[in-house]
Amino acid sequence: MEFRDYYEIMGVERNATQDDIKRAYRKLARKYHPDINKDADAEEKFKEMGEAYEVLKDPEKRAAYDQLGRNYKNGQDFTPPPGWDAGFEFSGGDFGGAAGSAAFSDFFETLFGHGDFTRGRGQAGGFHVRGQDHHAKILIDLEDAIHGATRTITLQVPEVDQQGHVQTRTRTLNVNIPKGVKQGQQIRLAGQGAPGMGQGGKGDLYLEIEFRPHSFYRVEGHDIYLDLPVAPWEAALGGTVKVPTPSGIVEMKIPPGSGSGKKMRLKGRGIPAKTAGDFYVVLKISLPEADSDKAKALYRQMKTELNYNPRQKLGV
Amino acid sequence: MPTTPKQTLTGLILDEDCLFTLDEISYACSVRTEYIIELVDEGIVEPMGQQREQQQWSFTGESLIRARKARRLQQDLGINLAGAAVVLDMMEEIEQLRERLRRLG
Repeated sequence: MEFRDYYEIMGVERNATQDDIKRAYRKLARKYHPDINKDADAEEKFKEMGEAYEVLKDPEKRAAYDQLGRNYKNGQDFTPPPGWDAGFEFSGGDFGGAAGSAAFSDFFETLFGHGDFTRGRGQAGGFHVRGQDHHAKILIDLEDAIHGATRTITLQVPEVDQQGHVQTRTRTLNVNIPKGVKQGQQIRLAGQGAPGMGQGGKGDLYLEIEFRPHSFYRVEGHDIYLDLPVAPWEAALGGTVKVPTPSGIVEMKIPPGSGSGKKMRLKGRGIPAKTAGDFYVVLKISLPEADSDKAKALYRQMKTELNYNPRQKLGV
Repeated sequence: MPTTPKQTLTGLILDEDCLFTLDEISYACSVRTEYIIELVDEGIVEPMGQQREQQQWSFTGESLIRARKARRLQQDLGINLAGAAVVLDMMEEIEQLRERLRRLG
C-alpha cells in the first residue's frame, strides 16, 4: 500500500492551521470539481483532495495521521504499525464527507475505516437509502454516432459484502450507443448504479458521450464540418469535386468565383436525428507548389497578365 | 473477479425529447420534490408547457442533468442556488464556445 501525503495533496504546510486547510480545500474544490473542470484527471484529483480534507479537517484524525506519517513521503510503500491508532477515537466522529465518501483509497480505509458507507449499513434497521449513481465517460467515433454501435464498458464498483467489508469489483456491461448521440450528451441506464440500503432502490448509471477527434471531420451538435482543399482554378472557374462524407463519397458543385473559406451545406448529411444535422464543406484554396520550371512559368504568367492586387482593400 | 455481460443494455438519451414527471426527476436526483420546486423558482430548470399543477409538470432530460449538477455544486462546494444557476449558465456557455473552437479546428 502506498502512503498518501495529505498535506502535499492539499498543497499546505504540515503546520497549517485548520483555517488554512479549509481555505485550501475550498480553493481546490472549486478548481477540480468535475462539473466545472473538464480535464480527464479532474475527478481523480477531486476525490484525492476530498479524502485528504476528510482527514485533515478533523483534529483527531489529523493528529493520528501526523503521528503515523512523520517519516513517510507520498507514494512510499506503507504498512501501518499494529495498534497505531491506540489513544485516538474517531469512530463516533462526523464521517459525512463533503466530497462523497464512497470511494476513498485503500490507504484511507486501512487507517480510518470505510466512512459512513458501512456505518449506515450497520444501523440499517428500517433505514432506506437509494443506491449511489455511477458516472462514466465513453469515447466513441463519429461513425458510431451515425450508425449506432455497441460498447463494452468496464466499471470499478465498490460493494459491501456480508461482513460489511467494502470491496472493489469489476463490472462489465454491454451498452447500445443509439445513433444520433451528440458530444457531451448523457445516456441514463436506470437501475444500473450501486445497490441501495434497506428497501432503497438501485442507483442509475450515467454515461457521458465524448467524441474521439476525427482526422478531418469536426462535429458541432449534429452538424459535421469538413475543410475541403480545392485548386485555385476549381475555386475560380467552378466545377464538380468529390467530397468524402461519413456515409460515402458525394459529388458537389462549386460555383465559379468561390473564395477561400466559403461554406457550403449538404442538407441532412450530418448526424441523423429527429432533425438531422447538416454537412458543411468549407473551401480551402490549396496552391500548387512552384517547384518546377513549368509551374514557375505559369505563376509568372499570371503575375504579368492578371494585374491582380490582393491587398487592394487595405489601401496599399 | 470480472463478470461476463449477459445482455446488451439500452439507455435513454437525456435530451429535449425524453420527459420526466416531478416525482421521477426528484427520485433520479435523490432529492425531495420541494428541492426541484426551488430549482424551478430559481430558473435553473423549467417545466415544459404551461402546466400550473405541479403534479402535471414534465421536465426534459437536459433539466435532469442540470438539476443533478446543481445539487452536486451545492453539496460539494457550498454554493447557494443563485450561485449554482450562474455557474450552470456559464458552464453551458463555455461548452458552446469550446465546441465552436473545435469546429474552427
